[in-house]
Amino acid sequence: MPEITAAKGEGSSMSKANAHMVFPSGNQNRKAARIQAAALRWLVRIAALLTAAVLLFLIGYILVMGIPNLKPSLFEWEYNSENVSLVPSLINTVLMTAFSLLIATPLGIFAAIWLVEYARRGNRLVRVVRITTETLQGIPSIVYGLFGMLFFVTQLHWGYSLIAGAFTLSIMVLPVIMRTTEEALMAVPDSYREGSFGLGAGKLRTVFTIVLPSAMPGILSGVILAIGRIVGETAALIYTASSVAKIPESVFSSTRTLAVHMYLLSNEGLHVDATYGTAVVLLVLVLGINCLSSFIAGRLAKK
Amino acid sequence: MNKFEVKNMDLYYGSFHALKNVNISIPEKEITAFIGPSGCGKSTFLKSLNRMNDLVEGCRISGDILLDGVDIYKDKMDVNVLRKRVGMVFQKPNPFPMSIYDNIAYGPRTHGVHNKAQLDEIVEKSLRGAAIWDEVKDRLNKSALGMSGGQQQRLCIARALAVEPEVLLMDEPTSALDPISTSKVEELAMELKENYTIIMVTHNMQQAARISDKTAFFLLGELVEMGPTEQVFATPVDKRTEDYISGRFG
Repeated sequence: MPEITAAKGEGSSMSKANAHMVFPSGNQNRKAARIQAAALRWLVRIAALLTAAVLLFLIGYILVMGIPNLKPSLFEWEYNSENVSLVPSLINTVLMTAFSLLIATPLGIFAAIWLVEYARRGNRLVRVVRITTETLQGIPSIVYGLFGMLFFVTQLHWGYSLIAGAFTLSIMVLPVIMRTTEEALMAVPDSYREGSFGLGAGKLRTVFTIVLPSAMPGILSGVILAIGRIVGETAALIYTASSVAKIPESVFSSTRTLAVHMYLLSNEGLHVDATYGTAVVLLVLVLGINCLSSFIAGRLAKK
Repeated sequence: MNKFEVKNMDLYYGSFHALKNVNISIPEKEITAFIGPSGCGKSTFLKSLNRMNDLVEGCRISGDILLDGVDIYKDKMDVNVLRKRVGMVFQKPNPFPMSIYDNIAYGPRTHGVHNKAQLDEIVEKSLRGAAIWDEVKDRLNKSALGMSGGQQQRLCIARALAVEPEVLLMDEPTSALDPISTSKVEELAMELKENYTIIMVTHNMQQAARISDKTAFFLLGELVEMGPTEQVFATPVDKRTEDYISGRFG
C-alpha cells in the first residue's frame, strides 16, 4: 500500500490532506457504497414484491376464471358426466384427510416424543429414524402411489379404496408431522421439565401435562401442513384410491378427492370451465384451512 | 437433628471429577447456605440431594447420601417420592405456562389430590405460605407468565410448598431478581425455616451472612469448611475460606 507509506513518510505534518492520501478516494468510495446499498435495497424489495405478486396473480387468475363458472349444477349431490358435480369429491376429500390424519398424527407425535423425550443422546436408533424420515420426506409422491398400489391395493387385497389411499397418504405426511412435532418439543424450555420433575412428577405426566400442551401450536402447524399436502395430492391417490366420484359406502370403496377430480376434468378436456370452478372451491378450502389453523395457533399461543 | 447426612460422596460428569469426597451434615429446620465461586460444585451438590442430576447424562455418584438415615440413591427410594419430600426452587423462576391456580395445584394433582375443595385449600395455604396470596388472590385464573419476576419466584416457592415437602432446595433463588423482590424472598426463607429445612446456594455472601444459620464453602469440587455462619464469616478455620470471604478471589 504505497499511500500509507507515503503518509508515514511525511512524519509529523499529518493534516487533512494526508488523511486523503491514506484513504485516497474516500468520497468516490462512499458514493459507490451508497449506490450499492440502494441497489441492493431495491433488489430485495422487488424480490419480495414479486413473490407476493405471483401469489396474488395466481389467486386472482383462478378467481376470475372460476367464479363465473360456479354454476348450481356443480353443487348437486350426485355426480354425473352432465353436471360434473364436485360435491362427492369434496366430501371424499374431507374423509380422506380425516382418515389419513387419524393414522399419521398419533404415530408422528408419539415417534417425536420418543425421539425428543425418551431416547438417549447418541442412540443409534435415533440417527436411523432421523435419516429415514428425511429420506421419506424427499420421495416423490408418485413413488408413494406406486408403493401403495403394490402393497395396500394388491398385496393386502384392499383394492382401490379410501383406506388404501389414506394409508398411502399417511406414510407420505408422517415425516412432516414428526419433524414439526420434534421441533416444537425441542423448543419447550427445559426449565418446564425441571420444574415438573422437581415436584415429583414422573416422565409420562411431565410429557403429557406440561411439554405437549406447550408444544401444541407447533404441532398443530405440522398437522396443517399435512392437511395441505393431503388435500392437494393427486399422484399418490390415482394409484391407490382411484377415481369413483361417489360418496363411499365403506372404507373399501374407491373414492375421488377434489384434486384428483380436477386433474381428471382437465385431462378429459371436456369441462375446462367446470375445472376452473372446481379450482376455486379447492383454493377456498385450502385458504380456509390455513386461516383456521393460524387462528387456532394464535388462540393456543395466547393461553 | 440432621436431615441430610452425606458421607464420602464423589460425583463425576463423564471423566470430570466434579465433587471430591464430600462429607457434610445438614441440620433440620435451619437455613444452610452453600457459597463458593462459579463452577465449584455447589449447585451440582444441591441437585444431587433430590436426584435432579439423574437427568444429566454421564453423571455418576458414589458414596452415601442419607435422608433421615435412608440412602436416597438405593433402589428402594422412589425418586418421585424423594422429590416430593425434597422440593426445589430454581435459579430462574420457571412457572408453567398455565394459570396461577393450576401451577400450584400441579404438584398435589400429581400426587393424587383431585378434590376441588381440598385443592382450593392447598392453593390458598401455599400462596399464603409464600407471602403472595394477597397479591394474586383476585387473579388465580390468570396466566402465571403475566406476573413480575419476583412474584413468579414466590409463586414457584408456593408451588414447591404445595406438595408439603420436608426440605426446600433453593438454587440461587434471587439471582434473577431485583433488590426488593430479593428481600421478600429472603424474609420468606427465614419464615419458612420454622417448618422446613432450607438449603440455599448463593453467589451473594451478604445474603448467606444475613439469613443462614450454617454456611458451607465449596472450592474446586471440595467442601472446604462448614460451620455456624457467624463463625465461618468471622473466624474461618481454613485460609482459603478467609481469602474468599475477604474478597481476595472469586
